[in-house]
Amino acid sequence: MYTEADPGKTALYDLHLEYGAKMVQFGGYNMPVSYSDLSVGESHAWTRERASIFDVGHMVQYHVEGPGAEAFLESLTPAGLKDLPSGQNGLSTLLLPQTGGIVDDCIITRLGAGPQHLFYLVTNAGCREKDYDFLSASLQKWNDNTINPVAHLRHLQNDVGQSYGLIALQGPLSAQILKNALHPACRVDLDKWYFGTAKYITLTLPSGGGKGESQPIVASRGGYTGEDGFELSIPPSQTVDVTRALLQSAGPDKLRFAGLGARDSLRLEAGMCLYGHDLDETVTPVEAALSWIIPKSRRTAENASFNGAETIIPQLTPTSKGGAGVSRRRVGLTVQGAPAREGGVIVDTEGTEVGKVTSGCPSPTLKQNIAMGYVKNGLHKSGTELAVVIRGKQRKAVVTKMPFVSSKYWKGGVTPG
Amino acid sequence: MAAVARTLTRSLPRAAFRANAQPTFRFAAAKQFSMSARALEKRYTEDHEWIDLPSGQSIATVGISTYAAKALGDVVYVELPTVDTEVTLGDSIGAVESVKSASDILTPVTGKVVEANSALEEQPSTINKSPEGDGWVAKIEVTNAAELEGLMDEAAYKSFSEEADS
Repeated sequence: MYTEADPGKTALYDLHLEYGAKMVQFGGYNMPVSYSDLSVGESHAWTRERASIFDVGHMVQYHVEGPGAEAFLESLTPAGLKDLPSGQNGLSTLLLPQTGGIVDDCIITRLGAGPQHLFYLVTNAGCREKDYDFLSASLQKWNDNTINPVAHLRHLQNDVGQSYGLIALQGPLSAQILKNALHPACRVDLDKWYFGTAKYITLTLPSGGGKGESQPIVASRGGYTGEDGFELSIPPSQTVDVTRALLQSAGPDKLRFAGLGARDSLRLEAGMCLYGHDLDETVTPVEAALSWIIPKSRRTAENASFNGAETIIPQLTPTSKGGAGVSRRRVGLTVQGAPAREGGVIVDTEGTEVGKVTSGCPSPTLKQNIAMGYVKNGLHKSGTELAVVIRGKQRKAVVTKMPFVSSKYWKGGVTPG
Repeated sequence: MAAVARTLTRSLPRAAFRANAQPTFRFAAAKQFSMSARALEKRYTEDHEWIDLPSGQSIATVGISTYAAKALGDVVYVELPTVDTEVTLGDSIGAVESVKSASDILTPVTGKVVEANSALEEQPSTINKSPEGDGWVAKIEVTNAAELEGLMDEAAYKSFSEEADS
């Protein structure tokens, strides 16, 4: 296990240095925060206008498989996996029993249909150890109950323990760039490959030996910036070659590396949570304004079988309608004057504390200060006027609908949003 | 520049930072002070502020170092001190904000703020363009010039910041 004293390196570490990366520690890994060619603000704008590659190989990738995989995952998450077609994915959360607190957020993709279910699970680097313990303990308990069909958990790595690579290609030119890098034998239609769908693809590798074709890559259309894009899960031996092939085939006028600095401001503009800041084990999905990840099918008495359902389901109904409701909610804020940062105290118009900021920065796209935080229920409606205390001064803050910058996911004829 | 200092020191063995670097610089700076004719040329703090107190005068100019401005990236907001505020060495007299971080500006001296660089309110990026010139932050009437004795001169600061980078 990597620690702060002994940080890990992703497969792309040397490539980052070659491209002038400034490395920092994040989630137990040495990761690029920015590169010498672009400042954080420039890299942010580059991603919104052209395309960037982010190394997200520090994140943790699992396969959950076996006849019990679907039911096992549905016992830990509120995801509607029974109705999830093969190749589709969605955001979900691992939940604590009883309290329904969020252990981690994750993306779950169905790669294989039943009866031998196969799911691909991506979780956060910062939660590596705790997630592994949580998943292992939960799985053991699951399999110990002989009524349950068996499930297996496998970390995605090769036989010498190298993790699969994970890179995110993000930005409006992403589809064009990926299309040009595909191997001729790989026939996928980018126009009909929609947001939230994963496919097996192969790329042309100049270094790829025989036919110059990469090993199969699991590519999911989506990402963490609000832009169109793809996340590529790459066999360990080819992570560097695939990344180089993309950078070289697109060229530096279209595609650059981007680091954690730009990733953070991009995701905040897109209204997406960062675990450990906007989400933690004291927060339920309802408080976190993530009720949308709980489909109707998981809200019925029969199917609300996931950890913490006894807390979460009553929260879905407000107190005014006889439910338990919640006492606080995650909201977006637009802040005047100085940028609000994590930990900033949110007050109402009378100066009484009503919440805390969990993420904040000056938005490079909007040229105004944006933030996320938790406020008392009732003060969560768009347009509510509040203030954030920054260095002793109250700065006017208005509750603002998220995403702050509208998403541009590829949904075919469907309106982007 | 407290946050910048924190970011930089995180990647360094802390003990080495404190045990070796600091006393050496302190000593060198103090010695030079007592010997130099132009007693107080520009000095630097470990938190990456600079202070310039021309010889025989009582009003010092304070700002953030070129190194700090570069480490911060594009400055998008500068919070300035209020004129006439009495400040004590180490007090926060303002802040510099980039997309990725907020850093407090700490006064290297005790005294009274007599002017703030209001041009930075409209053009915060001046801090990136000219951190040790047009991008100055405040002018402070110094109560006790001896407080500058402990600070680094340009050469000492240069090796200090280079060490932070290595």
